[in-house]
Amino acid sequence: MGVMKAITGAEAAAEAMRQINPDVVVAYPITPQTPIVEQFAKFVADGVVDTEMVPVESEHSAMSATVGAEAAGARAMSATSSQGLALMWEIVAATPGLRLPVVMSLVNRTLSAPLNIHCDHSDVMGITTLGWIQIFSENAQEVYENLLLAVRVAEDPRIQLPAMVNQDGFITSHAVEPVEIFEDDAVRSYVGVRSMERALLDLRHIETIGAMVLPDYLLEAKRAQEEAMSHVFEVYAEAGRELTAITGHAYPFFETYKTEDADAVIVVLNSAAGTAKVAVDAMRARGKKVGVLKPILFRPFPYAAVRDVLKNVPVVGVLDRSMDFGAYAPVYSEIRNVLYDMDKRPATQSYIYGLGGRDIMSTEVESVFDELLSGTVDPEHQRYVGLRG
Amino acid sequence: MSAKKNWQDLELGVILPPATSVGYKTGGWRVFRPVWDPSQCIHCMICVNYCPDMAIPIEKSEEGAVGKGGRLYKGTVRKETNFDYCKGCGICATECPSKCLTMIREEEAEQASCKL
Repeated sequence: MGVMKAITGAEAAAEAMRQINPDVVVAYPITPQTPIVEQFAKFVADGVVDTEMVPVESEHSAMSATVGAEAAGARAMSATSSQGLALMWEIVAATPGLRLPVVMSLVNRTLSAPLNIHCDHSDVMGITTLGWIQIFSENAQEVYENLLLAVRVAEDPRIQLPAMVNQDGFITSHAVEPVEIFEDDAVRSYVGVRSMERALLDLRHIETIGAMVLPDYLLEAKRAQEEAMSHVFEVYAEAGRELTAITGHAYPFFETYKTEDADAVIVVLNSAAGTAKVAVDAMRARGKKVGVLKPILFRPFPYAAVRDVLKNVPVVGVLDRSMDFGAYAPVYSEIRNVLYDMDKRPATQSYIYGLGGRDIMSTEVESVFDELLSGTVDPEHQRYVGLRG
Repeated sequence: MSAKKNWQDLELGVILPPATSVGYKTGGWRVFRPVWDPSQCIHCMICVNYCPDMAIPIEKSEEGAVGKGGRLYKGTVRKETNFDYCKGCGICATECPSKCLTMIREEEAEQASCKL
């Protein structure tokens, strides 16, 4: 049994980090991520964690120092948002290739320009090709538990890849919710201590990390990296089962809500999935059979399992909180890929919503469901929820 | 070099043991070749210290080597450039105080050796 605390998504991330007790945390403040490291800095100052917290002058330095600490053999963590992620991009890209299991919180915020501090997914969707494990969280409770899970998955000897745990800026990061925090001892024994097998500071095994690789080996290195990514599903499931023993919660690759008999399904990430579930209940009260599919593990993407859920659904709408200009939106693109290998495919419609922190109301989601059920879909043209004009 | 590894056999993150550049011969990059004239060499070690590829071997020699002015240079002496690693940058020839190194185009060096 855990303890219920009234905390924000940011504080839930800090609580997870307190229990994970990383050796090193390096971060630079950026809205709306700041309260994570602010709260964690209090834990460091109060001596409730053993962490060395390093203040640095930029996010580029933050991720560089995190990677350096991880290579040395430490369990290192960081957190950022939007422009901060953009500034650390160079090192974020290098981390998976170095096979260092850094775990980082990403509090999703719009990438400038126009400058905006509020939530959308344009920050994370720009880096999904880089090789990090990407996990999405609907609320503060999921933020907390996903971080614990991420450490186990990232550090597993079969994986050794970095993991990013996403939460919606302000909507999740700054809203106070009841969050169940599980017992320190149980969680600490779950996350364990990072193995020193690949530690640069272990002078009995002198190695070169990050050496140059010419055309004769780069392809092989990347193939090996893909192999590790392909093992994430089994490791995530195993680590999830062990975490269930503590929390009583399940850790699926994605959540389905009333999809079994649905005539229309909406696919949506993070906090808006909660809004969509409210809309599903309202629609079902009106006799409309609709459901929601919420991806949680976004990289690697569980194509086959998602296909299994959507195969008998007549029409699927995908809500994207970011755009890919001149191309299909990121989540919509994945769902189209999911459906390709089927003889009889559902109709699909892409929607853009919530950019720059624009609220999405459950009534707007209901309108989307009504549109999907009416059959007036046009897969070649994305539509916009709440757009003026 | 040994046979190239398959992707399944790579070290995680392409971690390498130390000194792997020994097996990676870069002499084929050379456009210019330093030609060493031992009869003008004073074995001062300036070229050895400046060489960015550590491609000039040295050895401790009790019998010594005959160099500039027919003098016998004892102690540490330089040997012929190791052309497995020399990239032909010409720094040795620029720094040599007794001008005993001359840079010639690699194809001229090859033609000269063919005539011999």
